[in-house]
Amino acid sequence: MIKKCLYVNRRAPYGTSYALEAIDAVLIGAAFDQDISLLFIDDGLYQLKKDQDTTEVEIKNFSPAYRAFEMYDVEKIYVSEEAMAARSLKKRDLVVDVEVLSDSKIKDLMDEHDVIFSF
Amino acid sequence: MSILHTVNKSPFEKNNLESCLRYAKPGSAVLLIEDGIYAALVGTTFEKEVAAAMEELNFYCLGPDMKARGFSAGDKIEGIKMVDYAGFVDLTVEYDKVQAWL
Repeated sequence: MIKKCLYVNRRAPYGTSYALEAIDAVLIGAAFDQDISLLFIDDGLYQLKKDQDTTEVEIKNFSPAYRAFEMYDVEKIYVSEEAMAARSLKKRDLVVDVEVLSDSKIKDLMDEHDVIFSF
Repeated sequence: MSILHTVNKSPFEKNNLESCLRYAKPGSAVLLIEDGIYAALVGTTFEKEVAAAMEELNFYCLGPDMKARGFSAGDKIEGIKMVDYAGFVDLTVEYDKVQAWL
């Protein structure tokens, strides 16, 4: 049975392992042909920042994974307009094409999904 | 006695930058590392607070942590100095002690 799954990301990358674990969980969901949407709010937005270069910190740069999601039919990626404004980030600063939603639209998005996974 | 304060959490998520700024004496230094570097960026809701604190405190950010998160020297608030790991070590020597705000 296919369920509408929403993955809510609200942590910055690297400082904790939430972001990396979310990527794994999304790929597992995709492998089971679930109907997947990704939402980035709060510091989760920083996961999508372009130009991440982790050479000097010697951690794997997992940001290219977001661009690979398309190949797994994970194409619905949403970000919070408020989170973007608070961080002075624009759509062009992000590694993937996203749909920008207001907080009230995000409430509806959460309502529409069968399952919500939080990271 | 002058202290080097390190802040390693995002100001959007934790209040350790705020605590640090509340207790740091004029002339001491604040080094933003790991997710703390988000406080060094221009245009965020914390820019004003940091800019005000810079009048009395010396601000630094760790370059490798900036780059890992997709930001470069051009993205930081003017006046914050970017250091590398060797510069981090130099700061720990330059100041009398280190206080890590975790």
